[in-house]
Amino acid sequence: MPLSGIEIYKLLPKSNCKECKFPTCLAFAMKLAQKQAELSACPYVSEEAKQALDAAARPPIRLVTVGANPKSFQVGNEVVLFRHEKTFYHPTALVVRVSDSDSADSIANRVKEATTYTVERVGHNMGLQGIAIQNKSGDKAAFARCAQQVQSLTDLPLMLMASDPGTMEAALEKAAAQKPLLYAATRDNWQPMAALAKKYQCPVAICEPGGLQPLSDLTEQVSKTGVEDIVLDPGVRDFNGSLVSLTQIRRLALKSNFRPLGYPVITFPSEAASSLEEEALLAGQQIAKYASIVVLDHFSPEMVYPLLTLRMNIYTDPQKPIQVTPGVYPFGNPKPTSPLLVTTNFSLTYFSVAGEVESSGFPSWLMVTDTEGLSVLTSWAAGKFDAPKIAKTVKEFKISEMVSHQSLILPGAVAVLRGELEEELSGWKVMVGPRDAVDIGSYLKRSWTS
Amino acid sequence: MPAVELPVQKWPGRIHEVTLGGNGRKKVVVGGEATLPFLHFEGAIPHRPAIAIEVHDRNPAEWAENLRQVWGSALKSPAAWAKKASELGADLIALRLSSAHPENGNTGAEAAKKNVAQVLEAVDLPVIVLGPEVAEKDNEVLMAAAEAARGQRLAIGDCMEKNYRTIAAACIANGHVAIGKTPIEINLAKQLNILISDVGVSRDAILMDPTTGALGYGLEYSYSVMERLRLAGLQGDAMTAMPMICTVGEEAWRQKEARVSEGVPTTWGQAKERAILWEGITAISLLEAGADIVVLRHPRSVELARATIDKLMAGAGQRSA
Ligand code: B12
Ligand code: SF4
Repeated sequence: MPLSGIEIYKLLPKSNCKECKFPTCLAFAMKLAQKQAELSACPYVSEEAKQALDAAARPPIRLVTVGANPKSFQVGNEVVLFRHEKTFYHPTALVVRVSDSDSADSIANRVKEATTYTVERVGHNMGLQGIAIQNKSGDKAAFARCAQQVQSLTDLPLMLMASDPGTMEAALEKAAAQKPLLYAATRDNWQPMAALAKKYQCPVAICEPGGLQPLSDLTEQVSKTGVEDIVLDPGVRDFNGSLVSLTQIRRLALKSNFRPLGYPVITFPSEAASSLEEEALLAGQQIAKYASIVVLDHFSPEMVYPLLTLRMNIYTDPQKPIQVTPGVYPFGNPKPTSPLLVTTNFSLTYFSVAGEVESSGFPSWLMVTDTEGLSVLTSWAAGKFDAPKIAKTVKEFKISEMVSHQSLILPGAVAVLRGELEEELSGWKVMVGPRDAVDIGSYLKRSWTS
Repeated sequence: MPAVELPVQKWPGRIHEVTLGGNGRKKVVVGGEATLPFLHFEGAIPHRPAIAIEVHDRNPAEWAENLRQVWGSALKSPAAWAKKASELGADLIALRLSSAHPENGNTGAEAAKKNVAQVLEAVDLPVIVLGPEVAEKDNEVLMAAAEAARGQRLAIGDCMEKNYRTIAAACIANGHVAIGKTPIEINLAKQLNILISDVGVSRDAILMDPTTGALGYGLEYSYSVMERLRLAGLQGDAMTAMPMICTVGEEAWRQKEARVSEGVPTTWGQAKERAILWEGITAISLLEAGADIVVLRHPRSVELARATIDKLMAGAGQRSA
């Protein structure tokens, strides 16, 4: 819990010496509470006060970094239970697992697929965050070899999964520079695992399926050894168990400020799934409900693409839709005689339309109206995409200097605007396009004669 | 070692229970939750969310080929379609009277009566009847449907801001449940529930449809508005404590990801599976946000949603609080 200004004041020297450049200790304390000053500005704070302030400034869920730059990812540091309360900050990392008992070829294929996979959605490139390597063979040398192989094939962060500390260290000797996530410290091996995490400066997962109390006790023990970059695995795999335990962990961290469980959580949806689809649905649940790292055992684009889309949805700031800059966008070297289409600046709308215009084969102009990031019908219903607004945009962007034809194509969903728009833009012909962007290509073929 | 005290929230409110069917027909009860979705440790969840399969009173030529194929010849008659849906494990049939849409045939009251009667005859499941979403036509065909199914306790919708009176009155007169639909806004949803109540519909006869945005197409908005509505209901606001219905299939299958198999990036993967997951993930996400009824289209997504609901309800026995 962050401290209030008064609480901080109590920890300061109260001498009002002004060396911090504030008139009084109280004024400085108030600024600290608002995060507008740094504690280091006061040369006289006691060690004790520093520690208390540090502890209080700690986020309720620790931010943990996995991997070394440039492809490392960060998870944790969430501050709300429901995204509408503020936003979710650090998108769930999707990690694909390979096993050291698989053939080198199949490992190589999987790793390459996962590493090179990227898919674009509303102007953002989405992909996977890491590769997990499971010591299934039980063999130390095989695990180390596999870690080395995977490392040579990918720049994604790694996660090493072995229960035997000696085996873990064998792989770490190859891969420690990448700062892999170690999985896992358990009640049986936590001491040597924590020692490895400390020695190699790697984050470590703690797995304790016996319930949240034993998990919390174990985490306490590990953190007492000085290891702080921790990821929790409550060991509960099924749909309901996962929902319940992840909800409780999130609530304990945020509502009860319960430190021992204030860490990001990892899940393994395939371990409770009987099909690829089920794995995807459970992974989906966990993206929405509080998993920071989700380890997938299958990789196929038709599974990963919807999951990445869901992650983007859930982690979008509810206060501001993803937008594009209003303006006129050319597609395929348009000429003054090329078609002119009109849309809004909601990213989803813009990219749906842009994609279709691009693949239609017709060089075109796309005029993007500023609707404050709202879709066609939403902005129309909100009075932000009406005839006067569109007419104004046509003038503002000097469209008449770009096109010679004075024809403009409206989204089919707002066909009702046609008459009024023709009045606003005298001399212009307003055409009504299809409702769905998918039909833009066939519409242009049918209706556009320049 | 600090002791873990499991946080259990006390919710003063409870979601209203709404019964559909009965009277010789199977009964489905939704709502009644005293906690957030599937958190059985905290409060009772007496009824599982229900799955409705969407059936039309006309052969929907615009549907994706993949969907048309699985339903095959059943698409030719609403009765055959409903029967097949029932065999495939629907809890409810959602009959959309889309033939009444001015662009799809503009049929009227007579056709609506006939089609509703045929579906009621073909299945013993409770039925939801939805209009073509054109205000005047909705009034016409939903009134007719309400009369034709007097006493069968259908759910009828949608009551919207413009036309809730007529439909709500028809529900009262014929013993049905009214569905109110509002565009993803908590205050509008509440306001419409109040308006429908003021007409005289009792609280156990209202469902709300907060409007569904599909995965990638506004899902996040629906998800958050539903979470907020559910929280408000549990906090004791009786006028937001109606069970929620989501037209998942309709929205998911409108999207390019579910419809198009050619000319899309290879990174979208195989089309059939992608389409099912598009519908399935939309459904599960909204169930976790509080949906009490999801209306689906593809038999495989129905199967997946059913299995998932089974698993999410499995914790019901372990209630400790
Ligand atoms: C998500 C959503 C919202 C979000 C906003 C999302 C956003 N950033 O825009 C929120 C929750 C904030 C919202 C609010 C409102 N909404 Co709203 N919302 C939706 C919802 C679910 C999806 C909209 C969406 O994102 N569509 C996806 C985008 C890509 O679609 P699109 O922009 O139309 O683009 C497509 C086509 O139009 C076409 N296209 C686009 N441009 C062009 C150009 C050309 C030339 C061509 C040919 C084609 C084309 O291509 C695209 C892909 O096919 C719809 C219902 C639904 N399921 O569709 C309701 C909906 C649009 N909302 C509606 C309403 C009424 C509102 C509110 C006014 C409610 C209120 N009173 O508060 C508010 C207004 C906002 C405000 N006051 O600030 C109504 C509009 C009713 C109507 N027909 O007039 C709808 C239809 C819901 C309904 N059935 O009642 N909404
Ligand atoms: S420097 Fe420290 S002691 Fe001096 S006024 Fe600032 S806070 Fe107070």
